[in-house]
Amino acid sequence: MKIAKQTVDHVANLARLYLSEEEKAEMTEKLNSILDYMEKLNELDTTNVEPTAHVIPIKNVFRQDEVRESLSLEETLKNAPDRDGSFFRVPRVIEE
Amino acid sequence: MNFETVIGLEVHVELFTKSKVFCGCSTEFGGEPNTHCCPVCLGMPGVLPVTNKKAVEYAIKAGLALNCEIASYSKFDRKNYFYPDLPKAYQISQYDLPIAKNGYIEIEAGGKTRRIGITRVHLEEDAGKLIHEEGKSNSLVDLNRTGVPLIEIVSEPDIRSPEEAWLYLNKLKSILQYIEVSDCKMEEGSLRCDVNISIRPEGSDIFGTKVEIKNLGSFKAVRRSLEYEERRQREVIEDGGELVQETRRWDETKGITISMRSKEQAHDYRYFPDPDLMPMVLDRDWVCEIKANLPELPDARKERYVKEFGLPAYDAGVLTSSKALSNFYEECISHYHDPKAVSNWVMVEMMGLMNEKGLEVEQIKLKPQQLAEMLRIMDKGVISGKIAKEVFRDMFETGKDPEVIVKEKGLVQISDENELEKIAQKVIDQNPKSVQDYKNGKEKALGFLVGQMMKETRGKANPQMVNEILKKMLG
Ligand SMILES: [Zn+2]
Repeated sequence: MKIAKQTVDHVANLARLYLSEEEKAEMTEKLNSILDYMEKLNELDTTNVEPTAHVIPIKNVFRQDEVRESLSLEETLKNAPDRDGSFFRVPRVIEE
Repeated sequence: MNFETVIGLEVHVELFTKSKVFCGCSTEFGGEPNTHCCPVCLGMPGVLPVTNKKAVEYAIKAGLALNCEIASYSKFDRKNYFYPDLPKAYQISQYDLPIAKNGYIEIEAGGKTRRIGITRVHLEEDAGKLIHEEGKSNSLVDLNRTGVPLIEIVSEPDIRSPEEAWLYLNKLKSILQYIEVSDCKMEEGSLRCDVNISIRPEGSDIFGTKVEIKNLGSFKAVRRSLEYEERRQREVIEDGGELVQETRRWDETKGITISMRSKEQAHDYRYFPDPDLMPMVLDRDWVCEIKANLPELPDARKERYVKEFGLPAYDAGVLTSSKALSNFYEECISHYHDPKAVSNWVMVEMMGLMNEKGLEVEQIKLKPQQLAEMLRIMDKGVISGKIAKEVFRDMFETGKDPEVIVKEKGLVQISDENELEKIAQKVIDQNPKSVQDYKNGKEKALGFLVGQMMKETRGKANPQMVNEILKKMLG
């Protein structure tokens, strides 16, 4: 599979990354070389191998349903670029 | 051409755990904005979410109550998108290995039982709340709700009419309330619903172009929007037009759906397994234990009411449609064991008044023991059936005990023979024509005289005694 420049544009846009033309060309090349490398793995027969859902061999890490103290309002809003009373204030967004 | 409607529903339900799904912040509704937040739910760098076991248990419980298979292996994935109500820029959800799948619920539509498939039930976190103030150039964000556990319940496209969609939602809500995993309050956002609808020529097995409808604030809105959309789609096709796959917004005031401009790439969420959360191997013993502890569900309870109490299926269905109503009924018959009599009072008088005042069972002042007590004093002959209705309305409105109302309003039934004879004499004296008619063999005239006596006593006269006394006095 080859990645075209349009795919890089699309993914960059989804990730809100603003790339220069040079960077896009570089990314296209790099992503393709990564995929080429992955192609090697396709040489293995994985017919009877379960897909890996998670790479760490630990399971069932749970906590009990107990309420713990939250941050104070001031701490929560401390890094906010803008606020309005107890709210975060952001540029106006209209759904879709 | 005849068309068939195909509807699928996606329902989001907030689980009522005490703490959020991946951190210890409170899930309490309301509260000052941004005071139920911590580094985990705010998406600060370097934090680690840990799954709330109760939320998983509730999701399994819901899956079991919806007749699903429970996964033995399940995991969390990141659903990536940017929106100010989502501080991490991804929502922790489940993609290919949901906790439960392949279930169904049954609804009674047009006298027939219809089985509606449940594709999947998965666990995820809720997003925050955005407030757009009219005329302002900013939006406000409250992240208290961010991280509250949600289950998403996706139906198969098995629903064939707006009516069925409405029945499905009511049944689903009822089941979730019975198993006590959510309060399902649409007005507080703890139950939300998105629908998709398409139409196709009758007999076809190819799906038509589907439209998604958003902004549905009530079950009634779901039904109305589907009715509107069904009609709109048919008209487009009949006019030779072509339907577009799109998202439309329901406008409650105008009663129409409006196209929302949706971008082509809107649904590219680039899911991948969340490396911060360990996969879940759902132990069979645990699942069996949850299953064994499931409470009686609405269908089973309905069947029991028919078998055990001899109620008509319709009555049993109405009484078991909500857990709160059904519990009220059961508590009442535990104090007064005449299931049919209690059922009549609950279904006719009580539900009538609830409708009239727009109240839910949880909100009414009347207690089950009070209805039982009222029926007992009615049996004793202290009040007549007619007066009982007046007492009932008063109990419903004020929450006072029936004895108190009867005493305060002087509603005790008159069963004293001497007193009734005095009143009868007065009525006889005042209505010589009716008396004459009766003596001439007109049975109907007696009914009139009985009515006069009831009027005279404001309904308090013992009706049986009135009949006997009048007959005796008129010879
Ligand atoms: Zn938190």
